[in-house]
Order: sequence, then structure tokens, then C-alpha cells
Amino acid sequence: MIIPLSELREGERGVIARVNGKGRFRKRLQEMGFIKGAEVFVEKYAPLRDPIELVLKGYHVSLRVEEAAQIMMEKLENS
Amino acid sequence: MKEESIIIALTGNPNSGKTTIFNNLTGTRQHVGNWPGVTVEKKEGTVVHNGYRLRVVDLPGTYSLTAYSIEEIVARRFLVDEKPDVVVDIVDASNLERNLYLATQLIELGVKLILVLNMADVAQSRGHQIDAVSLGKLLGVPVIFTVGTKNVGIKDLLDRVVEVVEDRDTVSRHIHISYGHELEKEIKNIQDVIWQDPSIGERFSTRWLAVKLLENDTAVQERVNSFGEIGKQILAQAEASRERLTEFYHDDPEMILTDQRYGFISGALKEVLKVTGKTKIDLSRQVDLILTNRILGFPIFIFFIWAMFQVTFTLGAYPMEWIDAGVSWLGAIMTGLMPPGLVRDLLIDGVIAGVGSVVIFLPNIMLLFFCIALFEDTGYLARAAFIMDRVMHLIGLHGKSFIPLLMGFGCNAPAIMAARTLESERDRILTILINPLMSCSARLPVYVLLAGTFFGASAGNVIFSIYGLGIALAITMGKLFRVTLFRGDTAPFVMELPPYRVPTLKSLLIHMWDRSKIFLKKMGGVILVGSILIWFLGAFPRHLEVPANYGGDKGTTSDIQAKEVTSESSEQMDESPELKAAEKGEGQAEALATLSQSYLGRLGQIIQPVFAPLGFDWRTSVAVVTGFVAKEIVVSTLGVLYAAGTDVNEESEALRLSLRGSGMTPLGAYTLMAFVLIYVPCLATVAVISRETNSWKWAAFSIVYSLALAWVVSFLIYQGGKLLGLGA
Repeated sequence: MIIPLSELREGERGVIARVNGKGRFRKRLQEMGFIKGAEVFVEKYAPLRDPIELVLKGYHVSLRVEEAAQIMMEKLENS
Repeated sequence: MKEESIIIALTGNPNSGKTTIFNNLTGTRQHVGNWPGVTVEKKEGTVVHNGYRLRVVDLPGTYSLTAYSIEEIVARRFLVDEKPDVVVDIVDASNLERNLYLATQLIELGVKLILVLNMADVAQSRGHQIDAVSLGKLLGVPVIFTVGTKNVGIKDLLDRVVEVVEDRDTVSRHIHISYGHELEKEIKNIQDVIWQDPSIGERFSTRWLAVKLLENDTAVQERVNSFGEIGKQILAQAEASRERLTEFYHDDPEMILTDQRYGFISGALKEVLKVTGKTKIDLSRQVDLILTNRILGFPIFIFFIWAMFQVTFTLGAYPMEWIDAGVSWLGAIMTGLMPPGLVRDLLIDGVIAGVGSVVIFLPNIMLLFFCIALFEDTGYLARAAFIMDRVMHLIGLHGKSFIPLLMGFGCNAPAIMAARTLESERDRILTILINPLMSCSARLPVYVLLAGTFFGASAGNVIFSIYGLGIALAITMGKLFRVTLFRGDTAPFVMELPPYRVPTLKSLLIHMWDRSKIFLKKMGGVILVGSILIWFLGAFPRHLEVPANYGGDKGTTSDIQAKEVTSESSEQMDESPELKAAEKGEGQAEALATLSQSYLGRLGQIIQPVFAPLGFDWRTSVAVVTGFVAKEIVVSTLGVLYAAGTDVNEESEALRLSLRGSGMTPLGAYTLMAFVLIYVPCLATVAVISRETNSWKWAAFSIVYSLALAWVVSFLIYQGGKLLGLGA
């Protein structure tokens, strides 16, 4: 099942299927390691539910919810 | 023998410990400035090693070398145009995969590279075993380990630099990251066109040019376009290649290239990186679970900010008092030593008082920057931005804008300097422009005086409403600037949250001193000139019968104190007429006369019609003009002009009485408070804005927009209030 990253909950993980959006935004995400096939773990949401803290390629990075909605994920079960 | 000179460029991701390595390499022999034309900080230092004089240039920390952010453009321009002898890429050894992405770009650029795996101890404690020799062979670059915080490996690094420069090093070779058949074919096609002009290949790596053109890199396109006819051919070929690739992959070529680079990295890591044993409990993660906790996160954040305020402004108040006393003492000594006259007035009321009014902020600035360095170096600043981003995003700002804005309530000058922590230039300038609307502590005496005089018991609420007005205007102007001056897509909030670290005292102190030095050096000059100018306007033209010294009463609070000291000590030693007059309290009328006849006074009277719709009389107008130097001066000017005495402060009953008797209404007082809130905070702030935005244009814009806004808001308050019948 392919869902946006913003719909994953705390403690869930998934594999990036596709990065939507365009231009600078998409390129920047890719350079930071958001590429197809990369595994992403949702560490936590900020106290006001935005942004999200993610673990990707062994480091921690935050994204706004609206930005995370552009990243389509294959959700991994039993995570 | 004179040493041979080598230029070394330090590159690396943010949070890779690059600054620590730089500090270890160069110690205190650093020079901090700006890159030409932009607000990005440029650091340089020198170190002598094995008969070489190494000039180390610290490039801005970047994740990549595409020309998307100012930092990347600056870093890339330096690498391509200045052609440093060696490039040292500082890599976080515990976070190899993403850090190596920049390395792949440096390899592609064809520079002489040394890869430094920093924080080797952290990587080891996490069970990461890195085979540096194999990694070096795979990448074709020398690889060494360092622990920046413990000064381990720095000498090794310097030895390697010399080896590479002397071409004695055995590892360096030029490798190509293979992008697969389709991409390689098009890279070759573009290179074929480029090779038609051999001079291009002498200046640039042709492969790099070809790859960048496939990535649709506008900076490289512009450069190629400047090659003339051959440039047009190259661009045409690149466009055709891009089209073919887009069709083939159903995606932009730049995305495929990025994928391939990461593919190359993960292939390399499979061979050289072993993660062994059970990793220890991730302490940083545990700490973070508390510090950004849903319930505790905000209280802890507020506590830290409160603590920073306390340290900066409460602790800072002691050295401020000493400096104030020192300046007064110096003024008094000079008064005693020099014969009365123009030169003495200039020195004491212009130079000493003026410079004193700047130096007095130094303790605040140093303490504030120590706290910010602490937040930054421990990794908490990123968490503060993480917590606050939701709120700041409402105004179109980044989470990191919060701290500079909050500090503005203390003093705008250091607060604007704190905006340096923002990575995007657009966010930075926006944060700087609205910062003065945060009512700084120097404006409080004006509010206390006016609210206390006209609003009695509800003075507290009135002052609170002024602070609220400032915040509301900051939000409004922030949104307004965002949709007018700073349009366009905002940079994504892709912010790394680095692990918490214990910073070294050395790096904290260097961090703090760098900033403070800039403040002292640059501000000192501007303030000095400004203070002398205002002194001149207040003291001239000189009236023969009136002792000139009173012209300087608009100087600063400290020169008023200087006079107190003088008048005490003068009883037995000095015969100068103005001091006697001051003792007898007869100087006020004369001071009033001097000031009203001075250029400053005339200016106030000339511009009074401008302020008439706001209900300001000429005296208030003069006070507003003198307040341009510093806001607390408004109180002392009002003191002189309303003939309540030179020796007033916001609590003085005499001044309150004469203000009430002067025909000023509560509405008029509130309007004046609003005006004082909004218009240019002080000369120091203007100087800092100019320095931090690296342009007089933004400083001028800040003055004009804040004056216009102040006038409009005050007009609405005053005329609106009158319409509502509040004018009585």
C-alpha cells in the first residue's frame, strides 16, 4: 500500500516509493537522502504535531507535514 | 627562507565538526569576514607546517554543491574559480552515507581532495568499523581519521596536505563515478562538443561541466553561455541530451544522477563499513525524548530561554554598571584635565559618551553569544527550531527565527546578529527587518515615564499593550514582506537534527569572541561618527552667553552621570561657570535655550509640522529626533525641553508634573509611546542591520519603512482616538 509519509505514525517505518513535487524542493530532498528505496523511520512529531522528526540513512532530519505529504511510502508492517 | 604558500579549502556538511577542525588548525590566527556581496560568513586562518604557509579557507557548510542556496554558490564559486591547492572534506564518520554525497561531487569537480573522517570516536562507539584504506582506494583520495574535539589527527592531516601538494601521495587518482550506460553516453556527447574548444578543458573539468548541464544547473548554463558560439552549441547538445534522457527514464536527469551517486556510495559502504556488535543505548536519543517531549518540550524550552535572558541581561547588568562608571570616570578625569571649550565638549560629550554608549552593550553581546554558541554547539538550537517551527511558520518564518526575535526584547543589536543562525538569506533578512518591532529594554524608560505620568494605576496594562502592538505589527509586516519583497517558493524545512554533543570551551569562546569583535570594530566606527554628528547638531550654533556644555545633554545617560560626578568633585577644584550653574540648578533655562536654538532644536521645529497630525509639539519632535541615537535619550531630552532639569529619569516627579502641565493628553502620550516603539530603535541597530545584511540598502530601507510605519500607526491612533472622543 502506497501512502504519503505524513500519514505514517510515530514509530512506524516505510520505504520511499516516490518523491513528488518539483524543482528545488525535490532536488534538495533527494540530496539529503530521500531517494527511492531508502528506509525511513518516524521518530516523533513535534509537540504541535508539525514538523516530523525522521530517521533516514542513520541520521535524524525534520520535515514539515506538508512537505512529508509529497513523499510516497511503502509502509513496512510489524514496525 | 620564505615559506611557500598553499591554499586549503575546508568543506563539509553542517554538523560535521568542520569548525572545530578549522579552529584546531588555525587557533586564534583567524580572520572573520563576509564573502563578497553576500551575508555568508567567511573565515580564514593561517598555519605554518613543514616549510609551507597554509592559508586555510573555511567554506560554508553544505550538503551538496548544486547552486540552490547562497552557501552552495559561494562554496562552489571558490572551488571552481579560486582553484585551491587542496580541498579537505570533513566528514562525520558516524554518518558516512549522507556525508559522502558531497564527496562524490568534489571528486566530480576534479579537485585535489583529502577526506577527513571526523568524530571517529563517535563512530567507533556506535560499532562502526571503517576500512579507511579501502575507502581511499575506492574513491581515489587519501582518507584519514580525526577527533576534532580532542585534537586527534590534526598533525596527520597537515602532513597529508603537504604530501598531496608535493604529489608524493600514492592514493590520489582520478576516478569517475559511473552513471550507467544511458547517462554516460549523453555525458560523452556533451563532452565531444566541449572538446572542440580545448581552452575550456584547461579551465574546467569537462565531465563536471557535462554532468552539471545534464542537471540543468543554471549557474553553469550561464557560464557556458559566456563561451560564445561554442557555448551555444554545448547548450544545444545538453538540451537534446536532457530531452532524450527524460524520455528514457520518465524522470528528470538530475534525479537519476542523484540516485546513481547514492547508489555508488552504498556500493562503496558495503565494502568498507562494518557495523559490529550491539550498539550502545543512544544517549542522544534518550535526551531528545525529554527535551522535545510533547508535554515537557515547551516548558523546558521556555526555561532555557528564560535562563538565557537572565544570564544576558541580569548577569550582564553588573559589568554594564562598571563600564558605565568607567566611562563617567573617564569623562570626569578629562573634564578636570582639560580647559573648558569646544575640544573638551567634543571629547567628553561626543567621543567618550558616544563610544561609551556602544561599549556598554559589550557584556550583553558576549554573554548572549556565549549562550547561543552553547545552544548551537550542543545541538539544542535545531530542537528549538523544531519545536517552534509550527508557530513561526504562521508568519512565514523558520523555526530558527524565534530566538533572534525573542532576544529583541532585550536589545535589538545582538538579536539581529543572532539571526546569523538562519541558513536561508531570505529568512535572515526578513527576521532582521521585523526584529526592531520587538520592543527592546532601552524603550522601557520612555514607556515608564509616559504611562506612569498619564495612566496612573493602569500603566502596567498600557505598557503591556505597547509590547503587544509591537508583536502584532511584526506579524503583519512579516506577512506583508513575505508576499511582496520575499516572494517565491520557500526553501523546504529539511533540517538535520544533529546528535547532542558536549561542546568544547575553546570553540564556545572562539565563537563568542568572533561575534563580539565584529560588533566592537564595525559598530564603534559608525556610532562614533553618529554621536559626534548629533553632538554637533545639539551644540551648534553656539550662543555666547549660554554655557555650551548643556548642548551635550542629549548625549547619553552616562554623560549626565558624568556631570553629576563632576559637579560633586568640582566644589573645591573647578571654577567653570556652567558647573556652578548646574549646582545652583539654574542651568536648566540656559540648557533649554541652547537646545532650542541649536541645529537640533531648529530641526525639531522645522519638522514639527510633519508630526502635528500625531499631536506632537516641537519639543516632542526634538526628543524623537534625538532618540534616533538611542531610545533612552528621549527621556533626558524631554527633561531638558520641559524644563524639569537635566538630571531626570523616568521616575522623576518634576518631569511628570511639567509633562502633565504641558497640554499633553493621555492619548498624545500613548501615540508618542507607539511612535517610540516603531521607529528606528537606535543608531547601533541601524549599523548592525547594515553590517549583517552586508548592504546599506537594507539599513536605509529599515529606517524608511519603520518611520513610515510609525507615522501611519501613530496617526491612526491619535486621529482615531480623537474621533472616539479620547482626545481630552
